[in-house]
Amino acid sequence: MKYLSEYRDADLVHGLVDRIKEITTQPWTLMEICGGQTHSIIKNGLDQLLPVKIELVHGPGCPVCVTPLELIDKALAIASKPDVIFTSYGDMLRVPGSQADLFSVRARGGDIRVVYSPLDAVKLAQENPDKEVVFFAIGFETTAPANVMSVLQADHMGIDNYSILVSHVRVPQAIETILSSPHNRVQGFLAAGHVCAVMGYWEYIPLAEKYNIPITITGFEPLDIVRGILTTVESLEAGTCDVNNAYIRAVSEKGNQSAQASINKVFEECDRKWRGIGLIPGSGWRLRPIYSKYDAEKRFQVETIQAEESPLCISGLVLQGLKKPDQCEAFGTLCTPENPLGATMVSDEGACAAYYRYRTQTQDSREIGS
Amino acid sequence: MTKNKPAMESPICPLPRKHGDKIVQGHGSGGKMMADLIKDIFYPPLANAALLAGDDAGVVEISDGVRLAVSTDAHVVSPLFFPGGDIGKLSVCGTVNDVAMVGAKPLYLSASFILEEGLDISLLEKVVNSMKEAADEAQVQIICGDTKVVAYGEADGLYISTTGIGILDPGITIGGSQARPGDQVIVSGSLGDHGIAVLEARGDLGFETSLESDIAPLNHLISAMLSVSDKVHVLRDPTRGGAASALNEIAKQSNVGILLNEGSIPVKPAVAAACEMLGFDPLYIANEGKLIAVVAPEDTPKILEIMHQTRYGEEAVVIGQVDESPQGRLLLKTGLGSTRIVDLLAGEMLPRIC
Amino acid sequence: MCLAVPGKIIEIYEKQELMMAKVDFSGVTREACIEHVPEAKIGDYAIIHVGFAISLLSEKEAQQSIDLIREILEAGELGGVDPA
Repeated sequence: MKYLSEYRDADLVHGLVDRIKEITTQPWTLMEICGGQTHSIIKNGLDQLLPVKIELVHGPGCPVCVTPLELIDKALAIASKPDVIFTSYGDMLRVPGSQADLFSVRARGGDIRVVYSPLDAVKLAQENPDKEVVFFAIGFETTAPANVMSVLQADHMGIDNYSILVSHVRVPQAIETILSSPHNRVQGFLAAGHVCAVMGYWEYIPLAEKYNIPITITGFEPLDIVRGILTTVESLEAGTCDVNNAYIRAVSEKGNQSAQASINKVFEECDRKWRGIGLIPGSGWRLRPIYSKYDAEKRFQVETIQAEESPLCISGLVLQGLKKPDQCEAFGTLCTPENPLGATMVSDEGACAAYYRYRTQTQDSREIGS
Repeated sequence: MTKNKPAMESPICPLPRKHGDKIVQGHGSGGKMMADLIKDIFYPPLANAALLAGDDAGVVEISDGVRLAVSTDAHVVSPLFFPGGDIGKLSVCGTVNDVAMVGAKPLYLSASFILEEGLDISLLEKVVNSMKEAADEAQVQIICGDTKVVAYGEADGLYISTTGIGILDPGITIGGSQARPGDQVIVSGSLGDHGIAVLEARGDLGFETSLESDIAPLNHLISAMLSVSDKVHVLRDPTRGGAASALNEIAKQSNVGILLNEGSIPVKPAVAAACEMLGFDPLYIANEGKLIAVVAPEDTPKILEIMHQTRYGEEAVVIGQVDESPQGRLLLKTGLGSTRIVDLLAGEMLPRIC
Repeated sequence: MCLAVPGKIIEIYEKQELMMAKVDFSGVTREACIEHVPEAKIGDYAIIHVGFAISLLSEKEAQQSIDLIREILEAGELGGVDPA
């Protein structure tokens, strides 16, 4: 595929990996906060290629998995109501709430449909005027332009039977939370390329200066990722705290201002809970009061639903690289991939889920590694 | 992520939770949930050697030296017609193939129809004609059937259930437990065509392509392969759950490791593009006209040669090898030289956003 | 948050007063909303996420960045990354 395949060139990837090996003089801990990058790293085995001195910690980059328990429970409550068509991005259907997931609700007769784009949900609302169509509007900043456009379009077309259940999270605040911990070990960040395609990277400059840490805007293909790692390591070796854009073909410092304008029109900043981590101030978006009629929480009166994250879950510490999953008292017992507590076990790429699999396949790993 | 250890590639995030009380969609997708359902609910009360072998057809000896292979399948595909095929062609070819995958010669099929009230009879005629064409090509006969009608809304237009019977020649031992270290893994052609073609025909995800389903009867191709070699150890058609699920099953049944070479796996550009868009892996997408063969390496050249000369095998290629270890595991060597584990599909495939 | 793929814009039209495009991804086409890339033209490549173009892909930068990596790996130095 054009503009994908070129960035999978094995020779170029290995060339850059060799450069990383040449310039790395001491151990460095890097983090990426982007489910897509984590997926690419795992799928391509990139961490196997890196020198042992470079440790990659996978951050809370999956908006699906960091969606707090409470919001899942609200989604289940709304989806269970009669005459509701509950629409969602595909991967949300599997996220477990306190008791069940959306598949369970479907098994009990709920009308739950996967859509690829939120505009498909708006179309469903137009085609089913006697039903309430609710869209589960989750995502990081990358997905916000699509989610808000659905509201703007519904508003413009006078579609009254459409609403969204919002769970938007933002990256810079998550980075600040991780960096501001006194025990933080992360020394460099790979910033999510598509988040920055929308938002630009001007927000990261003050962060890099405040915490004296290099941040590299990085793409998703193997060549992009090793490029981002190389640039970050170069900065670390040189002792600089730059923000560098290694995804120039898609990202500019100011970002997509038209998209940002739409987001600002519909959303305002708010505090958000992150599953297993807790409240991160200012890390979310919610609908502005002027658009509150599109707020599914208000429309279906599920605002009072509360769910406590498990007190045993230490996702937050694992995500910061401060604890290993098997140091958690619930690991492998109360908390497993099939009955997960926090984001790091819900997400298949999460540190805890990965550890759980390695633990059960240690024999395999040893043989493959040899 | 543990340093320098092979990474896990699962097709899905987040992992599905266990559904122990009600059936959910994941139970039908050919992956781990379905395997667990079969193991926990179906096997215990019904257990017998043929069933527990876990191959595409059950094989039983009915009298001295005479073995029958029997397979059954229900077809619930929606929409009923899609580029490259329809539910009728699918039902005949699917069952013919399952019988052929244990090395048997498929002879007879039964077909039972569940018709939804309101179904156009002209549509039913088209389906039946399609079944005839497929049966003629496969050289099998449909010798008995059944018809039921259910109320409007209770079937997606039409469901078809087929059972196939074939005779197994003496001396043929082909099954999931027969793979041996050193064997090579062959696939008869490109992966993922059927699944993506049907997904597109459904229209829910809004994409368009000129891809067609690959539905085909593979019994003649298999006959050709078996005519030149008695060292075909395993045959499997990678339907629901895709090649990855089929190869995982084989690795477990035979207690071997299988290593695939990513660069060798044939995938059409349109399938690759659809998978990129949706976050799918072609290894997990259904095929209905492809087979996987695990064969002794000394016979690989002549098996490939005959496949290339036979319909539906023209693009056959070696995609991997069988090793002694890690036992029960499927691995993939990426284009970058790293190795990852390819797990059984856990639940259902859903489009990703991250 | 980030599954977004580059595709070529082959048609542009209005639908229910939104600017839309037909996008070709190497043999698969899909409609995408291009409201947020109003400068898009037919033939441009855009990065598409859940049916929306989030940015245009600069083909010039794309080609340059690959060429640059190649040249410089041969020469033994690296650059071609924009410092903020």
